[in-house]
Amino acid sequence: MTELYDVVIVGGGPAGLSAAYSAYQQGAQKILVLERDRELGGILQQCIHNGFGLHHFKEELTGPGYAGRCIDLIKDKPAIETRVDTMVLEVHPDKTVLAVNPKRGIFTVQGKTVILTMGCRERTRGAIRIPGERPAGIFTAGAAQRMVNMEGYLPGKKIVILGSGDIGLIMARRMTLEGCKVMADLEICPFSNGLTRNIVQCLHDYDIPLYLSHTITKIHGKDRVTGVTVAKVDEKMRPIPGTEFEIECDTLLLSVGLIPENELSRGLELNLHPLTRGPVVNQHRQTSLPGFYAAGNVVHVHDLVDFVSDEAEIAGKFAALEAEAKLEPVVKTVEVVAINGIRTCVPQRLDLPAQGEPVRLFMRAGAPARKVTLEIRCGEEILLSRMLPVVKPSEMIAIDVPAEKTASMNGKVSVGLKVKEG
Amino acid sequence: MQTKIMNCINCPMGCELTVTVDEEGKFVSVTGNTCPRGAQYAKDEITAPTRMLTATVRIKNGFLPLLPVVSGGRLPKDKVLSCAEALRRVEAVAPVRVGAVVVKNILGLGVDIIASRSMETK
Repeated sequence: MTELYDVVIVGGGPAGLSAAYSAYQQGAQKILVLERDRELGGILQQCIHNGFGLHHFKEELTGPGYAGRCIDLIKDKPAIETRVDTMVLEVHPDKTVLAVNPKRGIFTVQGKTVILTMGCRERTRGAIRIPGERPAGIFTAGAAQRMVNMEGYLPGKKIVILGSGDIGLIMARRMTLEGCKVMADLEICPFSNGLTRNIVQCLHDYDIPLYLSHTITKIHGKDRVTGVTVAKVDEKMRPIPGTEFEIECDTLLLSVGLIPENELSRGLELNLHPLTRGPVVNQHRQTSLPGFYAAGNVVHVHDLVDFVSDEAEIAGKFAALEAEAKLEPVVKTVEVVAINGIRTCVPQRLDLPAQGEPVRLFMRAGAPARKVTLEIRCGEEILLSRMLPVVKPSEMIAIDVPAEKTASMNGKVSVGLKVKEG
Repeated sequence: MQTKIMNCINCPMGCELTVTVDEEGKFVSVTGNTCPRGAQYAKDEITAPTRMLTATVRIKNGFLPLLPVVSGGRLPKDKVLSCAEALRRVEAVAPVRVGAVVVKNILGLGVDIIASRSMETK
């Protein structure tokens, strides 16, 4: 028998929980959150460091602290049901969701609307094709983080980290605090991909060397990792012969990027964006299929969970409105494209009512730059421009476009950077 | 007078601070901060740098084997490693409520170590 809900949410991390709370505030009567892990909270539960919540909760929290806040908001609300240990197997265009858990076996639920909040996964060794042996001791940084922070195991004692994304940096410090020796962090780009504060407090504080424009060309070890060969790379990221050197280690942690987890979205044949690798969404986070919403890292990888919550609140609100058939009529649809130094922009589509509506655009730059002007244009007209002292690919840019500006949009909108003259 | 460049670590903005110190290395002034916390950070970083500590302790009879903890305030930077080491010998007992004091006044530094989540029994 299919159980009926107003809103079904796939994923009980910060996006799913924030979406559930927002749908509840909007008046949805029956909300279901499905989570595959043993508890709610998602990846935050293993991110024990602090620095979360400054925007959203106006105080500095740890990952578990932030997750706890999200859980407290939805618990003991009769309108919100949660099921953990529950794996969603399929989502169908008629908004039925096929899932399985140990208590109920296989079951089907149906929502008037569905919100996809599956988050993202780490890229692995296979994704970046490092040559060499295949010994034990190679982990993604997030897998090691779960072992160290939740399960109580150390993955090794002498660590090399490949990639300078935030998880890699955080793990460099974490392993050091647990008594391990972190030999080096290697980054193929000429700039770090993590937040500056993490370079300072995770690497500099513990004298861990960061090698920019370097990569691993070979992993050594038959049963267990014994070391890696490192080489400098040229501007096209090709290893430069003759620059190789060896680093001894028993563990290699990979922090080489995150990919939105969209198996279910692909099954639904949602339009996915080739660069964000997440569903194409409008300003309400409605996907290409009516009734389906998406928010958080499944749409585009965020650097702050605060923005994940903000985005999920939008999705939850409008999924609830659509479930009640209360969405405002759309009079025009405009496409938003990223150009000139902006790599991605979310939302990619604006479905606007006659009077327009305020919209927040989230953008990522393609490369670091200083003193640039961000321009939002519609044809020849500049709708909005903003001076930015610094842009970095690792730090998302958020710009609010007021309602009257969206009302005047009459065709494709572009967002791009202009380098300041002189 | 001498200037030092540093990045503020208070929030994800990571403002670049230019700090002026005198001949004895004492703090004189700072520019580049976009909030008062940045100014305080620069001053502290020159005189007595401090850091927050987050770690885990073992927990007996918990739903999970580890309890994440956070220092109730900033610790002297050079004491962070010894505090982390001390926490490896601590065992909490479930159930624990978020915010509960797990270690009072760690290493006599005047800072408590606090549970950063609730942990039910298994």
